[in-house]
Amino acid sequence: MLGRVAHGIFWMYRYLERAENTARLLAAGQRMALTRGDEMADQEWKSILTTLGLRQAYEEHYDDYDGAHVCDFVLRSKHNSESVLSMMERARTNARACRSAITAEVWEAINEGWMTLRDLLSRPVRNSNLNMSLGAIRRESTLARGASHGSMLRNETYSFARLGTFLERADNTARILDVKYYLLLPSLSYVGTPLDTGQWDNVLRALAAERAYRWLNAGRMDARSIADFLILDERFPRSLAFCYTAMRGNLGELAKLHGAEGKSHETMREADFRLTGKTVEDIFDQGLHQFLLEFIAGNQALAGAIAEDYRFVS
Amino acid sequence: MTASDQDKFDEMHMPDGSVREAYQGYNDWLEQQDQGWMRRKAFEAESFFRKTGITFNVYGEDDAEERLIPFDQVPRIITGGEWRKLSRGIEQRVRALNAFMHDLYHRQEIIRSGRLPERLFRDNAAWLPQMVGFTPPGGVYTHIVGIDLVRTGPDEFMVLEDNARTPSGVSYMLENRETMMAMFPELFSKVKVCDVSDYPRKLAKSLAACAPEGVEGNPSIAVLTPGIYNSAYYEHAFLADQMGAELVEGSDLRVIDGKVHMRTTVGFKPVDVIYRRVDDEFLDPLTFNPSSVLGVPGIMDVYRAGNVTIANAPGTGVADDKAIYSFMPEIVEFYTGEKPLLPNVETFRCADPDALKYVLDNLAELVVKEVHGSGGYGMLIGPTASRKEIAEFRHKLEARPENYIAQPTLSLSTCPIFTKKGLAPRHVDLRPFVLCSPEGVTITPGGLTRVALKKGSLVVNSSQGGGTKDSWVLDD
Repeated sequence: MLGRVAHGIFWMYRYLERAENTARLLAAGQRMALTRGDEMADQEWKSILTTLGLRQAYEEHYDDYDGAHVCDFVLRSKHNSESVLSMMERARTNARACRSAITAEVWEAINEGWMTLRDLLSRPVRNSNLNMSLGAIRRESTLARGASHGSMLRNETYSFARLGTFLERADNTARILDVKYYLLLPSLSYVGTPLDTGQWDNVLRALAAERAYRWLNAGRMDARSIADFLILDERFPRSLAFCYTAMRGNLGELAKLHGAEGKSHETMREADFRLTGKTVEDIFDQGLHQFLLEFIAGNQALAGAIAEDYRFVS
Repeated sequence: MTASDQDKFDEMHMPDGSVREAYQGYNDWLEQQDQGWMRRKAFEAESFFRKTGITFNVYGEDDAEERLIPFDQVPRIITGGEWRKLSRGIEQRVRALNAFMHDLYHRQEIIRSGRLPERLFRDNAAWLPQMVGFTPPGGVYTHIVGIDLVRTGPDEFMVLEDNARTPSGVSYMLENRETMMAMFPELFSKVKVCDVSDYPRKLAKSLAACAPEGVEGNPSIAVLTPGIYNSAYYEHAFLADQMGAELVEGSDLRVIDGKVHMRTTVGFKPVDVIYRRVDDEFLDPLTFNPSSVLGVPGIMDVYRAGNVTIANAPGTGVADDKAIYSFMPEIVEFYTGEKPLLPNVETFRCADPDALKYVLDNLAELVVKEVHGSGGYGMLIGPTASRKEIAEFRHKLEARPENYIAQPTLSLSTCPIFTKKGLAPRHVDLRPFVLCSPEGVTITPGGLTRVALKKGSLVVNSSQGGGTKDSWVLDD
């Protein structure tokens, strides 16, 4: 397959995943804002902008942290090149440029998804419509992923699609966790307070993890068990361990097909070393923030190595 | 001479309102359909096209916008007998075109014999000196040809235009049929229509048969597109997908060791046949337009060394010239030794003083076209033009007569379209798609029917408000 097309497929699935995770994050923020007072709501929206790396861009246009403003900026603002709308558009543009590498079902799912969201986000989203709109974003991304799962040949193209999905997802999970742990709590004395548990609950919601976590940890809600779950539990599809197990498999397929391993396989082994055999105690001994920073950097290095090994650009 | 009501030929209805043979089966079905249901179907078709992304790009003031070409749900129907006759004429014409190209770039017998004035191609920007003395792999110049036909009566089909450069629209031929089958499945069990869906397979086979000498096994075929912003990008992606070929952009290709290669995830892989949808001018910045980023530096050297097939061959655009067109009857006879089976539309060459005088005297009744123009631009339609437009055109014509040809305003046949008030006749043309390879000429039974949606309009171009129809050749 063409390097340019591998590049396009990889990014198409990254954008889809990012659009979906952004919607999840906003939904969790909205819930937090509704259940805590105004001051906490501001904090929550600020932390969401930080997680998305959009705080500076946002502050250039607004001097408050009003939920409606934040949502509008994140979802559809012309001043935000990373808006959900522009991510969907980029996912579709990539799909169009790689049209002959994906199935008609996948193309139609992306194209219809883009049409639906473009119409939905053509006007500011009202508070009363926010949940419905966020649900629509999740749904369209899910449909595209489902069409891919159900109709694409398990070949090289599929490997790049999956690599893009899991690389982005791992990045998003790590960022959400990091922002909560490092930035959100005013001081250590808050640990274990209702504010603390409320925020952890929110992290779990943002990752669609609340039900699975509760089921596994009846009644508990603390940083260690949550970090353990979101980082190391291979059963949970948004955990770092799950994403990396999937990517290890996809990179293995590529090595088999090409008859050789590359820099990405080496980078993968280094990343594995950070995760495999680790306990949550090891991670907290190192410091969760430090661990996550290294993880995010390693994840980026992996993306770079994949691009290089498979001739994405030259 | 505007088409008066009497000499208008409607392909579905006789002047007395009865239905012609070709449309009998369709009409029987139509009469049993609920009109409201038929109207809803028109919306269904539009959403089907939007979903599939069958769009063309239009550049507006802001961003490039994707538009749909309107689709009409009444098929355009031709009987098997009519088609057999047409295809003999098309095949003859395409064989002559290919022989003509070879001759123009070699001995130029047709010019030596005095049948064609030399200036016609010397002045032609599409004529490429780089092609002189070179024979493309398999001797094929015009791998894919679209012949635009118009009809004026029961037995009167004629050629309006030859498209030997890069004819587009074949994806509409295929998708219009898919749409019709999805909307009206039972109709296809009542009326037997020749299948068009194997066009991409035939195209792949035909291109493979034109691979350079020495290619072992299955040749590697790629469709070269200018990219997603090109107006016909949908078609490029569609054809690559349907053929199972790679869809490449110029930046994916590179010349290495005298062969064209594409950058794949495992390194550079050779490409044997390139179905290019990039104009000659942009094909190779080293040979043609140096600022082109759409092409492949050095590809013309590889081509001239016989190591890659480019379809259609560079320089075939000469045949699309309307002054050359006016000589097609002579060209067909010269190379096939037979009388042309398909006539041209009567054409006045304004370069000829007598013809020019006639044209100037009768501007209000003629259609005047630029010889290099396309897409319905740069032309004058006398009967519908204002006095001012005619006066302005007269100046242009007097200044550069050799730049124009003129044709009588034809009374083009009509075919009904579906409107809110029921069926209404509109003018149509037909572009069948023809494939050439050393193994022979293949014509897909059907083609692209373009229809002028505005009442009375003769302009069918999609850029100017035209639509399309599914084109049926009856399997009888």
